[in-house]
Amino acid sequence: MKVGLFVPCYVNAVYPEVALASYKLLTHFGVDVDYPVDQTCCGQPMANAGFEGKALPLAKQFNDLFEEFDYIVAPSGSCAGFVKDTYPRLMEKEGCTSKVSGKVYDLCEFLYDILKVDKLPGKFPHKVSLHNSCHGLRELKLGSASELNIKPYSKVKALLNLVEGVKVVEPIRVDECCGFGGMFSIEEPAISIRMGNDRVNGHSDTEAEYITGADSSCLMHMGGIVDKNKMPIKMIHVVEILAAGL
Amino acid sequence: MSSTKHAQNADVFQQNKEKATWHDNALWFVREKRDRISKTLPEWEELRALGEKIKLHSVSHLASYLEQFAANAEANGVIVHWAKDAEEHNAIATEILQKHNAKKVVKSKSMLTEECDLNHYLEAKGIEIIESDLGERILQLNGTAPSHIVLPAIHMKREEVGELFSEKLNTEKGNSDPTYLTRAARVSLRNDFLTADAAMTGVNFGIAATGEIVICTNEGNADMGTSLAKLHIASMGLEKLIPDYESLSVLTRLLARSATGQPTTTYTSHFRKPVEGGEFHIILVDNGRSDILSNEEHIKSLNCIRCGACMNTCPVYRRSGGYSYTYFIPGPIGINLGMLKDPVKHSENLSACSLCYSCNNVCPVKIDLADQIYKWRQDLDSLGKANSSKKLISTGMQFLFTHPALFRTSLKFSSLAKYAPRSLTFGLKEWEDGRSLPPFAKESFTEMWKKGKVKKK
Repeated sequence: MKVGLFVPCYVNAVYPEVALASYKLLTHFGVDVDYPVDQTCCGQPMANAGFEGKALPLAKQFNDLFEEFDYIVAPSGSCAGFVKDTYPRLMEKEGCTSKVSGKVYDLCEFLYDILKVDKLPGKFPHKVSLHNSCHGLRELKLGSASELNIKPYSKVKALLNLVEGVKVVEPIRVDECCGFGGMFSIEEPAISIRMGNDRVNGHSDTEAEYITGADSSCLMHMGGIVDKNKMPIKMIHVVEILAAGL
Repeated sequence: MSSTKHAQNADVFQQNKEKATWHDNALWFVREKRDRISKTLPEWEELRALGEKIKLHSVSHLASYLEQFAANAEANGVIVHWAKDAEEHNAIATEILQKHNAKKVVKSKSMLTEECDLNHYLEAKGIEIIESDLGERILQLNGTAPSHIVLPAIHMKREEVGELFSEKLNTEKGNSDPTYLTRAARVSLRNDFLTADAAMTGVNFGIAATGEIVICTNEGNADMGTSLAKLHIASMGLEKLIPDYESLSVLTRLLARSATGQPTTTYTSHFRKPVEGGEFHIILVDNGRSDILSNEEHIKSLNCIRCGACMNTCPVYRRSGGYSYTYFIPGPIGINLGMLKDPVKHSENLSACSLCYSCNNVCPVKIDLADQIYKWRQDLDSLGKANSSKKLISTGMQFLFTHPALFRTSLKFSSLAKYAPRSLTFGLKEWEDGRSLPPFAKESFTEMWKKGKVKKK
């Protein structure tokens, strides 16, 4: 099984440790991982801001780089979701076919659904508050969204619970948006900051030591708020907890 | 970054932090009620899927259902009118009222008459119009517009209503007890009901098979108005049409649960015939709806049954209030309907969405609200309404990201980014108002990979 590691642009620059943990986890389970070094960005920031046209060359570039793999795995639900849900329509407009959309996975989703991981080494004896990111939840269906009347489940929680010592809690308004939304965060600063503050306070009220989640962009937004307000709670990507023993 | 009208208004709304918090909590409370009651029905998601199908079927067979509806209504003794736009609707309503020499009209809640700005039109013709829904009445006395389609006065605290009533309805100064205020409104409205010459209503559902209309209220005000006056004029948007009782049984189960978390509205009233010795008119209004029919990307907007659930769940609406939007319908559905009405005028609501997709999940008729907002954003550039800073950022990003070597170089120097000239750091100020910038790593993952620090030997 050949897996292409897709490391979103900002993870590459700001959170390389998340990418490193992803690599460790995948190789731990015997997966043949490669990292195409020419990868940059999936194009979602421009498309969400209304410039799909500018995302198109990136979609083609991504397609060329990752086409050869059996699976494409990213430690970020939102970016994986964009490749999965938007690329087909985007590329079709130009008469191209996306050959990557059907095989792109969020890392947790890949561990849970494809590798069917049921055991993880290591310990993480801490209380963590799980942030249920919008795109992971409502696009990739990593868990049951609170609005839906479906059987409750959470792939991320199930994976976290495999790590010894970890205590997973969730905030009130269990899956409300953190207010990042890409360019939304700078175009609607008052609302974005308010949403972020509310979300961080919700996590903080659980008295957890960490806020964790499967999407670095939400963690980056909330982390910025935590830092600005000098709050004691720490940020950690789910993948880093899952790779604690590696 | 130059901000949109919505962002500017939202900023003002957030300045009263306490009230903004209260507004958010009040609407979240309704969202939670909706969650709880929807989860008492095991078939909820199936109902939503059915609701979606019924509405899509109805609007895509609109011509034949309209014919059927009109023929059945006329056979029932109803006088059916057709209005192509708001102006025609208002003119028809006025003509009917004038023919009956009606000087005073009581009206139950209707977003369509709001859309047509009927009240001002009638007032200019010397016809007094009284809103009979409590929330709408409060706003009418206050001289302001609804900020929510189901809970029109949700932005007003009871103290504000108390003050308004003491001025307009002579209630005790300083008394803001909800029961007391409701009673005062009721006494005043009772007099209006008794002295009105005509009743106007909106329509929740029009049933093609029987030619009747269905109106859902909690206060019974539509029933009171239409029972006392001999003349009833109902204003109905074309998209309110559904085939039959079976479809109605699905949609009424969805409507109140989604709107307020109630199993049903207190009154679900069917109107089929004129009262004895009276007249019953239905004005079927297009006002842009048939144009939406041919708009493949946005046709689902016509599914809307005006429950307001998308507003209650929207984290942006809850924190910015209905008046922050330029269109009279706010929130996710309002952003979309505003764009369909006049894209140049209402494009500045498009920023009011973080694309969290919660609205898609609560919508009882499964309108892809967030996807539609995303699609509208793609049209901004061709409308000449694209934000120049955002466009520049996007162009810059495209350039950087389509040049992998350049991107890698920038990764190397990204820890120096904060020393970049302002022109390269749009949005930095807006970000840093409430958030720290994340520090760049000393070494990017790509660098680590290239140096052989990742792969185990």
